[in-house]
This record gives sequence, structure tokens and C-alpha cells, in this order.
Amino acid sequence: MRRRNLVVGGLAAAAAAIALAFLVLPIAAIFLRVPPEELLDQLSKQVVTDALIVSAKTSLIAQALVLLFGTPLAYLIASRRFRGRTFAITLVELPLVLPPAVAGLGLLAAFGRSGLLGTNIPFTQTAVVLAVAFVSSPLYIRQGIAAFEAVDPDVVAASRTLGAGPTKTFFRVVLPLAWSGLAAGEALAFARGLGEFGATIMFAGSLQGVTQTMPLAIYDQFSVDFDTAIAMGALLVVVSAVLLVFLRLVLTWQPSRRTSGFLFARST
Amino acid sequence: MATLSADFGLPLRSFDLKLALEVERTVALVGPSGAGKSSVLRSIAGLVRAKGRIALDDDVWLAPGVDRSPDERRVGLVFQEYALFPHLSVRGNVAYGGKARADELLERFRIAHLTDAKPRELSGGERQRVALARALARDPGVLLLDEPLAALDAHTKAAVRGELQELLGELGLPTLIVTHDYEDAAALAEIVGVLVDGELRQLGTPRELVSQPADPFVASFTGANLLHGAVELHDDGVTRVRLKSGEIVYSTDRADGEVGVVVHPWDVSIGRVHADDSAMNLVQGEVASVAPVGNRVRVRVGPLTAEVTESSAERLELTVGARVYASFKATATRLVPLGGRYASVRSSPHPPG
Repeated sequence: MRRRNLVVGGLAAAAAAIALAFLVLPIAAIFLRVPPEELLDQLSKQVVTDALIVSAKTSLIAQALVLLFGTPLAYLIASRRFRGRTFAITLVELPLVLPPAVAGLGLLAAFGRSGLLGTNIPFTQTAVVLAVAFVSSPLYIRQGIAAFEAVDPDVVAASRTLGAGPTKTFFRVVLPLAWSGLAAGEALAFARGLGEFGATIMFAGSLQGVTQTMPLAIYDQFSVDFDTAIAMGALLVVVSAVLLVFLRLVLTWQPSRRTSGFLFARST
Repeated sequence: MATLSADFGLPLRSFDLKLALEVERTVALVGPSGAGKSSVLRSIAGLVRAKGRIALDDDVWLAPGVDRSPDERRVGLVFQEYALFPHLSVRGNVAYGGKARADELLERFRIAHLTDAKPRELSGGERQRVALARALARDPGVLLLDEPLAALDAHTKAAVRGELQELLGELGLPTLIVTHDYEDAAALAEIVGVLVDGELRQLGTPRELVSQPADPFVASFTGANLLHGAVELHDDGVTRVRLKSGEIVYSTDRADGEVGVVVHPWDVSIGRVHADDSAMNLVQGEVASVAPVGNRVRVRVGPLTAEVTESSAERLELTVGARVYASFKATATRLVPLGGRYASVRSSPHPPG
């Protein structure tokens, strides 16, 4: 009996080691291929700095829009009970499971010159912003709904009976209590938007200095100069790791408040 | 002194809440959980949308065409779990309602030393004092207390009840309290209403509710024994009731049909031997439980709960399983019709049996 337990334990440990190695290996390979000092050299190339600027600019604008429009939507869905609420949540979550190519296609069909709205947006930097906002906002909104739902309704009611109107109540009670959940959602959305590839390349193209973001530049470079692609990859790994650490800090911050911790909105 | 008048209805999940009430000093609503007690307070505070009329003197909060939002009704609502702002300090919580009186209230409620503490660092009693101070900081015209003693442990509860009594007396605000505990209601309020399934069954002084319960629910809420049975006959001014359990009970009250026999624990005597005294009602049985309550001891014998002094309990060697006689006089009983409401049952003028 004891012997059998030992064998099972050994097998489990081996499986765990293989799984971990499999996940770590590609990331380690990126950093092992090019020595650090050469990485920095590669990063100063024009194509890299162009992509960095495009990525930073479009991400910041897209995320600002996500916060500006997504926060009220998440709050309304979380605090109101209305007909079609579950349907609204499903609509919000749909872009999450949509294949990126379909997202790009949809954006073209909506904003293309001969599309539903008939605009000149495709293949401009605005298109990048829209593509990033489209694929990343559901992560923020979904987490936002969960964060707002976790705020004790009695505490909100208390604020109202103490003479505060809806606006003061939102900014002085609801927002501070939902803050950590919202920040976690935004970190996820930011990371997702930064890595966005499929929808962007279809809807915005890959024009250096205009619509070529970091992931598009990596794809563009890897057949030309593999080391440059690797250097950009390393940079994205670092940014992702920083976001992940931020996410962990935010989620463990004051766990007693239970305004964060679950990443899925309840649908009822 | 201001008067809160409320006459409104509110559809709830399984019944409609209907209430007409004037609150001049302190009124307590008691009832089982799910009776709609909290909904009464929420309706008055404007947190749920009721229909009817709610006004503080001539300041109308709710009427046809008028529905003021909670921040425009001068209520001080203390939530059952206090609903303190977890992200604000004690001072931040109190000052949220109004900065002008914050310091004075912190002093008054003896929480000045906790100024910078967060709610999660406080004990139950301290939290309640913060909640009360916060509610008063907005200078309310009405005080609404939702189960003010339910969240406290037994030890704190007695002390807080006393403090609350004193405070309500000093404030002189119209106050509406809801609680599931009749004793708390009787201790805190001059007028007590019994709320069941959204309806006010009886409204009166605590004394009236004990001595003349309108129906079995009210009787059981006041802590009285309630024995179900049916009237068999009236004889010589005494009503004979056969209980469901088969025993016979005599009452000087007059009633017919299905009745509840109400007898208070302090009117039930316990003895080791069959005493030949004036008590007409006698139940023989084993002691099912013995529980000290304050300076008294509660003894359960069959369907009855009796209250005796500590010394009696010792002298009679009352322990679980002991065979005893429980007796009570026919004059100590009240008969309340089962199922009927608002039936006025008065103690009959018959001489004691």
C-alpha cells in the first residue's frame, strides 16, 4: 500500500515538473537566445521604437475609452435589475470568445467604407484603437460588474439616508469599495489589448509607424531579423510580468472587502 | 414634539405590507423574521418604493405625486448590521452624515478614542455606537432602528439595551424600532405593534399585549405559554377547555370553539407534591429542561414553561427528569380565539375558581 502511494506520488511529481517546464521553456528561450546587452541594442532600432510608440499610444487611448464607457455600463448592469439583463451580460462577454479574425471582420463590416456606418476609419491609427478597445473592454466590464455587485447594498443605502445623492454616493462609497476589482479588470484588459493581433491586422493593417503595434512588428520582423523579433518579445514578457504582479497585489489588497477575487460576473 | 405619520402599502414577495402608524415617541414593531419589518423602515426611508402617505408633521415625504429620495427625507436609519463604510475611519463615518456635530457625537458616544480606527477593528458594541452617531450626525427628524440588539452577544446586549433606553429618552425624537424580540421591544418602546405577514395584528402598550393579546401570535410573541384546545362547556362561570393533548384546563375567560389558552410563565407554580390549593389547573410531568434566566429559572414541564426563583429551584431539587406538578389558576389564563384577528377578548368578571 505504502509502496503504491509512493509510486503514484512520484508520477504526479513528474507530471507536474513536465507541465511547469513546458510553460517556462519558451519564455526562458526568448531570454537565453540573445544576451541582455544585445537585447537593448536591438530595441533601439527604428522599427522597434515605432512599434513601441504606436502600441503605447493606441493602448492608452483605447484603455481610457474602455474606462470612460465601460465603468458606467458595468455599474448599471450590476446595480439595476431589468429585463434582458442576462442578455446584456452575454453581449458584453461575446467578444471574449469571438475568434480575433471574426472580430476584425466585424469591425470592417461595421466601420468599413462600404460597411454599416461607412467610415474612413479602417487602416488608420483610430482603427487600432477601436480593435484594441473591442477585444479588451469585455474583460474590464465583466470584472467591473463583479466588483460593483460585491459592494454591500446596505452601505450604499446608508449613504443615501445620510443625505448623499447618487453622485456623491458613487464617488465616495461605491467607487472606493469597488476600486481593487476595477483595477484588476483594467490590468487584464490592458494586457489583452497590448497583445491584440488578429483583429488589428485585419481592420488596421500593419503600417510601420502608423498601425504597426508590437505584436504586428514581431510578426513582421521574425522572418527578416529573428533577434529583433526576440528582443521585442522579451520586452512584452517583462511588461506582462509587471502587469501580473500588479494584478496579484491588487487582488490580495484588503481581502476582507470581498470586492475582488472573482473574475466572472454573475449573470443573474 | 414631531410626529411621523405613515400609512402605506408595499407589495413584497409573498404578501403585501400594509401599515398605518403614528410615531410620536418610541414605537417598536415586533414580529417573526420575514414579517416585513425591515421593509417598513426601508419604505419610510425611501429606499423602496411604497405607495401611500408618509410625512413628518407637515413635511410630506410620500403622497400621490410626491416621492422624495432617501437623501431628502430626514431619517436616521441604523441598519441591522450597521452598514458602516468599511473604507472610512470612525470619524469619516460619523462626519459623512454631517461635519458640524461629528466631534460632539464622537464624545457623546464614547468613541472619540477610536477616531482613526476602521470599522473592522471595532467590537459589536462600538460599531453600533458609531452607527448611531453617524445617523444622528445628519440631524434626522426620525430615528429608525433595525434590530438594534440582534447583532450583539448576550453580555453586551443587556448593557446596550440600557444605554439605548437612556439615549432615546434624551433625544426625544420620534423613533421606530423593529425587532424580533418582544422583551427588547417592551424595554425600549412605550407602544409595541405586532407585525405578521405584513399586517399589524395588535398595537398597544407592552402591558396590554401581555394581558390582552388579540390572537395566538401576539400571545406567543409576548413569551406566554399557548396551549391549543377546544371549549367544551361553560359551567358556573368557568370555561372548560380540552387541550389537543387530552388534558383539561379551566379558565375564567369566556370563549367558544377552538381557542388558545394563554398563561404566563410567572403564573405557573411548580411543586413536588399535589398541593390542595386554589389552583384549578394541574399538569403532572417530568422536567424537560431547566434554564437560568437572570435571577429566575425557567423550567419546562410538558407543554408548559414556568418561571421560579433560584431558591425555589434549589429547594425543589429541580433537575431534568424530576417528576413535578405544574399548576396555575383559572384566573391566570386568557382564552384567545384561534385564527381570529382583532377579536377583543376581555378577562371575564367571574370570581376566581
